[in-house]
Amino acid sequence: MSAIPTHIDFRRNVQSVEPQVPASVRKATTRFLDTRAAVVDVIGQESWQALRQAGHDVRLHTINHLDYYLARLEEEVTRAGGHVHWARDAQEANRIVLEIAQEHRVKRVVKAKSMVTEEIGLNRTLVDAGVQTLETDLGEYIVQLAGTGPSHIMVPAIHLTKEGIADLFREKLGLDALPEAARLAALARAQLRQEFLAADMGITGANFLVAETGTLVLVTNEGNGRMCTTLPPLHVAVAGIDKVVPDLESLNVLLKLLPRSATGQKMSAYTAFITGPRRTEEENGPKEFHLVLLDNGRTIILQDEITRETLLCIRCGACLNVCPVYNHVGGHAYGFAYSGPIGAILLPQLVGTKVAADLPFASSLCGACADICPVKIPIVEILLRLRRRVVEGDTVEPAVSPATLRLGVQMVARAMSIPWLYDLAGQLLRIAQAPFRRGAWLPSLPPPLNRWTMARPLPALRADWRAAWRRRTPEGRTRQRRIRIALVAALASAAAYVGWRLIQRQDRGE
Amino acid sequence: MRARVQVFATCLGENFFSDVLKDMVTVLERLGVQCEFPEGQTCCGQPFYNSGFQSQTLALARNWLRAFANTTGYIVAPSGSCTDFVRHRYLELFPPGAPEHPQVEEIASRAVEFTEFLTRVLKVTEMGAHFPHKVTYHAACHSLRNLGLRDEPKLLLQAVEGLELVPLAEEETCCGFGGVFSVIYPEVSRAMMDAKVKNIQASGAEYIVTNEPGCLMNISGVLQRIGSPIKPMHLIQILASSKDSSRPSP
Ligand code: SF4
Repeated sequence: MSAIPTHIDFRRNVQSVEPQVPASVRKATTRFLDTRAAVVDVIGQESWQALRQAGHDVRLHTINHLDYYLARLEEEVTRAGGHVHWARDAQEANRIVLEIAQEHRVKRVVKAKSMVTEEIGLNRTLVDAGVQTLETDLGEYIVQLAGTGPSHIMVPAIHLTKEGIADLFREKLGLDALPEAARLAALARAQLRQEFLAADMGITGANFLVAETGTLVLVTNEGNGRMCTTLPPLHVAVAGIDKVVPDLESLNVLLKLLPRSATGQKMSAYTAFITGPRRTEEENGPKEFHLVLLDNGRTIILQDEITRETLLCIRCGACLNVCPVYNHVGGHAYGFAYSGPIGAILLPQLVGTKVAADLPFASSLCGACADICPVKIPIVEILLRLRRRVVEGDTVEPAVSPATLRLGVQMVARAMSIPWLYDLAGQLLRIAQAPFRRGAWLPSLPPPLNRWTMARPLPALRADWRAAWRRRTPEGRTRQRRIRIALVAALASAAAYVGWRLIQRQDRGE
Repeated sequence: MRARVQVFATCLGENFFSDVLKDMVTVLERLGVQCEFPEGQTCCGQPFYNSGFQSQTLALARNWLRAFANTTGYIVAPSGSCTDFVRHRYLELFPPGAPEHPQVEEIASRAVEFTEFLTRVLKVTEMGAHFPHKVTYHAACHSLRNLGLRDEPKLLLQAVEGLELVPLAEEETCCGFGGVFSVIYPEVSRAMMDAKVKNIQASGAEYIVTNEPGCLMNISGVLQRIGSPIKPMHLIQILASSKDSSRPSP
């Protein structure tokens, strides 16, 4: 369970990534990408692209009419016998859930995997209030034991090796386990079984909320979600307001996109449709059903026309899997709950650019994420928009970069837009680089350029194209000669001026 | 009538890779295309835009438009990234209603990346190039994803006499350049490069070729640092190689 940070220092986080993490992450992401590619091939590129467009359109339509669909959702959930709560922020959501727990004298909570409860830090609130809270998704169970947050929105323990998990079980549970996936899962399952039966309350997130029917849809593979929603007498679901979809027809599109993009499955093992609490004593399911709808900054995200599309996300994790940055640093480097490309665009908007200013820059803008996203979120466009927000500020938030930096960059930009100055600067830099030059390379440069040379040398500046071009014609040659003379004259007068000042200084006896 | 094009040198091109520009002109002239170089051009503004200083981009973009305003013919660059920037981003910088908008529509739409110009405009892949070596190709992100040039550069390479094009694992994965990213997060950039270089080494190629100066600068830098014998080249340099020109390695 990760705390909501006050400042995310991506570079520092990257530097402390444990060496085995990238390999573990890559192993899993490669597998997911391969299976995904195979199921997409079955559908065929053309139909898949059409499906993505349909997914994008229905999500965008919903986000643009959130007020309408949320009202409808509330109506239908209530009609089905559920209770709807509105939470403005994390604090309010936590308070609501805690109150429900206290009202029902809840001692033990079982939880299904939910990113939104990670976002609001619900576990800590419950545990602090003396409510035992247990994650039941295998991956979440492992990261809970480890005392960290998830490092992938779909695969929470993706950063750990089997050996690491076996060690963890030994240390925290006193269980001797062989580092084999099936054995580890069986051990965890045995531990969890009793907990499901003893729990007073089940907490889940939501993959989708169908407005038309008031139905909560949970897409899982382990069946723990179903246990959390049927065994305890009380079910509380926490969901961002962005999770609503208009009707079953649009749900159908998204259910085709989600498992394929996430794990490369045509369908996940369990897709649960939950509409209100049980209606008769004979039925399975909880006696009470509560839905907590969370804003926590989402309505602010809606304000910006471009960044708004962040809310289309269906949390499939494909953008993480394909992201070269994510694959090399893992999820914890992003500092909080969401990671990878979606984390890089969502976190700065959820926690503010002051806290997460680093994240929009944690991307090479390669665009692989936007290409794979099943709902076609223009992730690169949003990253660029957020970079502008950090550096220059916009209508949503003021700039967080120092004013001096902005002024400096402005001067450089202006100078570079004046052709003769640009040309001259190239010639001067070519001279200035001499002390750093080793053959055709500049192996190490002073700050801030050392940030480049610490990773690889810079080719020596040539800046000789214009001269070469001019030499192609007689007029050009004359022009080039004049420019040369002007440059030499300028340098000579600069040198003379400096010399003169030095002599003056000496004369004054300084 | 001979076709005429304007050379869009790009900052990295003119400051670090003048050989590539010279070769670009050589290849174009060999194909009967007349080249001009508007001297008023400087930087298109992309580095500023991508690092968030988007309002500072305007001065540079205006200068770029001014430089190419009274020219005719395609504006050819040795970079997909810069081409993409002026072709697509200028429309956003100067939206309908902005005084520069009509100019953007006329000028920026003439911008093409070099391999795009050959394969889509001139529709040639064969130009008598000769390069008897084992070569592998790295797909630059912006050429690939923003301009949709997936097969074109490889078609050009395959048409080179004597050249053996060997596949590069994860050809379409970013090399870790990413402009400002590479200096803000050098450790991540380096990790991405190391993965790229591993694949390049595994390909068994003598040459690693790409059509993007940014990638070239990044990849050649890391090859230099680790003392690798594999030689980096811009695709244009390969196309400029002919039987009688024994090329020194870059
Ligand atoms: S941004 Fe797109 S690819 Fe990434 S998790 Fe969300 S839906 Fe999936």
